[in-house]
Amino acid sequence: MSLIPSASQTVGPFFNFALTPDARLGVLAGDGAEGSRISLEFRVVDGDGAPTPGDSMIELWQADAQGRYSQADPNFRGFGRLETSPEGRCAFETVKPGPVDGQAPHINVIVFARGLLKQLYTRVYFEGEAANAHDPVLALVPEDRRGTLLARPVEGQPGAWSIEIRLQGEAETVFFDV
Amino acid sequence: MNEYPRTKPGSQPEYLSPGYKATVRRAPSQPLIRLPHTPSELSGPIYGHNPIGPTDNDLTRHFAQEPQGERIIVAGRVLDEDGRGVPNALVEVWQANAAGRYRHTRDNHPAPIDPNFLGAGRVVTDDAGNYRFVSIKPGAYPWRNHHNAWRPAHIHFSLFGSAFVTRLVTQMYFPNDPLIPLDPILQSIPDAGARARLVSQFDLSLTEPEWALGYRFDIVLRGRRATYFEEGGK
Repeated sequence: MSLIPSASQTVGPFFNFALTPDARLGVLAGDGAEGSRISLEFRVVDGDGAPTPGDSMIELWQADAQGRYSQADPNFRGFGRLETSPEGRCAFETVKPGPVDGQAPHINVIVFARGLLKQLYTRVYFEGEAANAHDPVLALVPEDRRGTLLARPVEGQPGAWSIEIRLQGEAETVFFDV
Repeated sequence: MNEYPRTKPGSQPEYLSPGYKATVRRAPSQPLIRLPHTPSELSGPIYGHNPIGPTDNDLTRHFAQEPQGERIIVAGRVLDEDGRGVPNALVEVWQANAAGRYRHTRDNHPAPIDPNFLGAGRVVTDDAGNYRFVSIKPGAYPWRNHHNAWRPAHIHFSLFGSAFVTRLVTQMYFPNDPLIPLDPILQSIPDAGARARLVSQFDLSLTEPEWALGYRFDIVLRGRRATYFEEGGK
C-alpha cells in the first residue's frame, strides 16, 4: 500500500488556547541541564517588515550540549514551542547545542502562522562559531544568504542571542525543503 | 542515511495562494533549499511536556456543565505512507464552539462564547495508531478574507510522528458542507483527492445510540516502514 501524506493547512490565528497556553514550553533545558545556558529571542516579520502579532508560532528541536538527540539528560527536553507576542517576539531558554554528526551547533526551527498554509523549516546557527565554516547544510546556502541563519549575541547580555525570521522580501530568511 | 519520501506534486498547498490573502505578504519569495535528512531531521521531539489528563480527549467535560451543541465523536487512525498505524503519536485538536466562536481574546465574531467550552483537546494514538475524541460540532464563522467570506466548519489538528520531518498541522472538515467549495484555505490544495482526504466521513459504526454522531478521519504522516526500521529509536 502506498498512501499520500495528508495535506497541511494553516495553524490559523486562534491557536494559543490550545497549543501555547503554557510559557513553560519556552524552556528547553531545565535547571541542572548540562551545558552553557543561553536565551534565544526570535522576531518574526512579514514581507512588509511588520511583526506577526500573536498569530505565529515557533517550534524548536535541538540536540543537547553533547550533540545528542536521545534526551539522555533528564533535565533536557530539546523541544520548545511559543507563540509570538503582539510585537512578533518570543524568547526561549535553553543550553547551547553541541555539534551533531559533523554539523556545526544548530537549532532546528519550524514556523507556523496565519497565512502559512504549510510550516516553514529553518535553522539557527551561532554567529562566530568556527565550525560554521565546515557545516554541510550552510554550504548548501548561497553565501550572501547564510547570514539569515545566524543568531547574534545581544549586546550587554551574556548568553543572550537573537535572530529575526523574515518570511518574505529583503533579507528573507533561508527556508528549507525537508 | 535513509531519507523520508518527498512531497507528491499537487498534494500540498503552495505557500503563495492569493485567494487566501494572508499568504500574499507571508509566503517566502525565494525557493526553498533542499535539505538532505540528517539526524536533526530524522529524530523527533518526545512531547512529554505535560502528561495527558483523563478528560483531555473529551472536550465536553472540561467544565462542570456540558457545552451547547451537537455532540460528536471523531475517531480514526494515524498512518504512515505504507498504511501502517503510527503508535504513540500526539494528536492535539482545537476548534470554535457550536456558534462559530473561538475562546481567543482576538476573535471578535459577535457570536456567543460558551462558558462550558474551551475547544482544545489532546490524545495519544494507541499501538495500532487509533485515536478518538469527543466534542461538539463546531459552527461556521465569518472571516474578512473577502466579501461575505465564511470558513466551513472545521477542527484543527496538530500531530507529531516519529521525526521532525513528520510534523503536521492540518484541518478536518465535515461532509456535505456547502462552504467547502468556497473556502480558499481548503481550495489552496491543487489535487482534488488530497482535498477530499481532509473531509471526514459520517460513520454509523462510530455513532453511539441516543448520544453522539460519529465521524471518521484518518491522517497520513510522512514515512515508510523502512525509514523507521533503519532509523527508529533515535
